[in-house]
Amino acid sequence: MNLSTPPSRGAGFVISNALADRLFGWLTRGAALFTLALLLGILVSLAVGAWPAIRQFGVGFLTRNAWNPVQEDFGGLVMIYGTLVTSVVALLIAVPVSFGIALFLTELAPVWLKRPLGTAIELLAAVPSIVYGMWGLMVFGPVLARYVQQPLQALLGDMPVFGALVSGPPVGIGLLSAGIILSIMIIPFIASVMRDVFEVTPPLLKESAYGLGATTWEVVWRIVLPYTKTGVLGGVMLGLGRALGETMAVTFVIGNMNQLSSLSLFEPANSITSALANEFAEAAPGLHQASLIYLGLVLFLITFTVLVCSRLLLLRLQKNEGRNT
Amino acid sequence: MSMTAAPARDMARQARFSRRKWINRIALFMALAAMLFGMFWLAWILWETLRLGFGGLHLALFTENTPPPNEESGGLANALFGSCMMVALATVIGAPIGILSGIHLAEYNPRGTLAVTVRFVNDLLLSAPSIVIGLFIYATIVVRFKQFSGWAGAAALALIVIPVVIRTTENMLALIPASLREAAYALGAPKWKVILRITLNAARAGVVTGVLLAVARIFGETAPLLFTALNNQFWSSGLGGPTANLPVTIFQFAMSPYENWQQLAWVGVFLITLIVLGLNVLARFFSRDK
Repeated sequence: MNLSTPPSRGAGFVISNALADRLFGWLTRGAALFTLALLLGILVSLAVGAWPAIRQFGVGFLTRNAWNPVQEDFGGLVMIYGTLVTSVVALLIAVPVSFGIALFLTELAPVWLKRPLGTAIELLAAVPSIVYGMWGLMVFGPVLARYVQQPLQALLGDMPVFGALVSGPPVGIGLLSAGIILSIMIIPFIASVMRDVFEVTPPLLKESAYGLGATTWEVVWRIVLPYTKTGVLGGVMLGLGRALGETMAVTFVIGNMNQLSSLSLFEPANSITSALANEFAEAAPGLHQASLIYLGLVLFLITFTVLVCSRLLLLRLQKNEGRNT
Repeated sequence: MSMTAAPARDMARQARFSRRKWINRIALFMALAAMLFGMFWLAWILWETLRLGFGGLHLALFTENTPPPNEESGGLANALFGSCMMVALATVIGAPIGILSGIHLAEYNPRGTLAVTVRFVNDLLLSAPSIVIGLFIYATIVVRFKQFSGWAGAAALALIVIPVVIRTTENMLALIPASLREAAYALGAPKWKVILRITLNAARAGVVTGVLLAVARIFGETAPLLFTALNNQFWSSGLGGPTANLPVTIFQFAMSPYENWQQLAWVGVFLITLIVLGLNVLARFFSRDK
């Protein structure tokens, strides 16, 4: 009798712990599954919300140049064009600069400077996008107009091809300024991925090249870059994903004009995100709202694809790294 | 013959060598220039927010509501209050879900299918356009309750908190040595206790860093609030209706033609930069302790 009491108490103790273990396991699993559910939920809700517009306009929506809330005639070409062009401009500037920054941080900077400079670049990513937007509209735009756009127009305005590229009001609002500001915003993302992948290059490879008499630049260009190219591409894709989905900074400076009459980068234009930001809250339920959600769905699918590519590339680099060491 | 060829060959070699050295020098100079280019924008943005925003700081900012156009007085009290409420609520909802989820990824079969999938999806959500989160909350919450509300705004922000916290929590837990867990198991501790009392406790500083970074991120988020919380000119005591918040107020005021609104927008930009960068620096300080 006396002997049976302690084991039963012990058993009770064990059972409650086992139960607690199971409950806790379920709880964490539920939280993890929530992430998956969220992704599915976003896709489904966007598809449902966009359905009236999908039924009305079909896939042709993507290539139609029309946006008329009064006649309920919608097509997303202008916004999609604006989103793609600003992102491409951003990449053209951000990729070489990020490469330079990563090169500087991994090969050139003295050890005591690496950390503060790395932090400073990361702070560039922490600045809220509305700050970029306000600064871009009030400070950067006028500077760009006065010192870049006007001289360029004076220089190239009369030439046949270039003239068309720089036409438009030189007010510092439009595709070009949106692209430049986007590039500043995505530099920290690309640069930090590049820096991280550069640092995983095996020292043995680099030292062999140095031993053969290669210069720093040759080591980076011929050894480090080929070794890390999947990771570098992954970083560039990450930056592209960020640029495509950026909202506030673009909304401030792109000008929000639904036009596609000229190919000039100086022209005010519109992007998917700025159309959503400006019109959605006031859009009448119905075709207008559905078309905006359709645009959101297109944006989500584009960024989704780009980010999946980015992740896969970065994962591949990680796997290779595991195999080689 | 060979006597004359040798110097020529040497000279060719010398020329190639100096060309390589020059290319190297130019490339490294460009790298330095790229670094300065990055620093230049940061300095310029911070300087302008300081110059244009700092002058407008005064006490009324924190005691008075947003003013009508072209009026001298007024502050940002309602916007600041609404922002803080929504950010706090979003953190209280989002952080626990993120931490639990991060625990699952790090402690329960980290290489299993579920963990790998969730990790992948989480990385996507981390970079997904935040305006799409706003659309999602609009479709699920705002449409259902037929009104814009602070609750919807907080929900949208919470969905942005979760991926950030998952990522940092998982990374920090993965750094904890297995021997620590094994020691606890050897003493007979059940798994939930090992996780909560040993591993999570050891990774505390890192997890706090993650939450701080998430708060910093959502404090400046504008896009997901545009059609969830909307904005409000007046003090909102609850979150039941359209709620004033700092980012959307800045957006609205900056785009307006009124002088006093634009000035207030700059002050708001200054405050938001100060808070967000302050939180970032604080988070770094926490993670440095480790």
